Amino acid sequence: MKIRKSYDSKMAEGDLTAMIDMVFQLIIFFMVLINFSQDDQNDKVKLPSSELAKPPEAPLTFPIVLHLDRTSVIYIGTNVVTVDSIAPLLRTEIDLLKSRNQKPSDANIVIRGDFGTPGGVVQDLIKKCQDLGFEKFALRVREELP
Amino acid sequence: MKFESKRGNEKAELQLTSMIDVIFLLLIFFVMTFKIAAQEGDFSVKMPLQGSGGTPDTTKIPIKLRLRANADGELTDIVVNDSLSYGNDWAKLRGYILELTGGDAPPSPEDGPEVEIDLDYNLRYEHVIRAITAVTGQRQGDEIKRLVERIKFAPPRKPQ
Repeated sequence: MKIRKSYDSKMAEGDLTAMIDMVFQLIIFFMVLINFSQDDQNDKVKLPSSELAKPPEAPLTFPIVLHLDRTSVIYIGTNVVTVDSIAPLLRTEIDLLKSRNQKPSDANIVIRGDFGTPGGVVQDLIKKCQDLGFEKFALRVREELP
Repeated sequence: MKFESKRGNEKAELQLTSMIDVIFLLLIFFVMTFKIAAQEGDFSVKMPLQGSGGTPDTTKIPIKLRLRANADGELTDIVVNDSLSYGNDWAKLRGYILELTGGDAPPSPEDGPEVEIDLDYNLRYEHVIRAITAVTGQRQGDEIKRLVERIKFAPPRKPQ
């Protein structure tokens, strides 16, 4: 006696609904957390840590981010300068501030200094900015987990 | 005349293959570009150029912090007001600040005592941050208790 198969010859299909749900969840998770901003990141700088580090409650007004690595080289956007040659770049920022009816004292200089850089170089950098009229500085640090 | 539908009760099927391809591509992109970064925070320092304004210290508690370093840039001594030496013990320095301020936060960031940090040129920046951490506050659980809000740097000691 010949036994006939009860199912037809159609391809077996898995239920993909659960997998698609999961994959969408993952995509949403990564999309929300991804940060495309390169302004406040630099791989050459390892920040010192502090237990008091807390993200600012309000965004800083007109932030100018300076990355200072351990060889005392400063990165501003795509420009690479030293403390002695930073003035022209800061003057460009001042011109930009003036075009927005603001003064250098309204801007915030964010210093992302490497933990191993000499403290005197940070002092020199601050002094240079002060000479150009900047008054507000933010020393950026990494959160130290207890 | 009655027309019968040839489709019958068959379920309409969507072609999902290309969509799944694209979704996996997106997923791989996001996974590869994802960077876990530690949370960052700022120490705000308002430092106008000397003689061009700025609130004077009205508390009459001047704190001058001298940080000495060895040739490698490591901290060797913390000296307060040219008289008290704490070696490299940050806890003792914080104890002194607590004693001086009574553990009270200044009424506003513009008020309260001012700490002037005077450091050897080659002292590593991480020690400067530790000094600022020790004098500006202390963490109590999730809360941060502010002690000193006003920080300034002495002129840099350029190596001869």
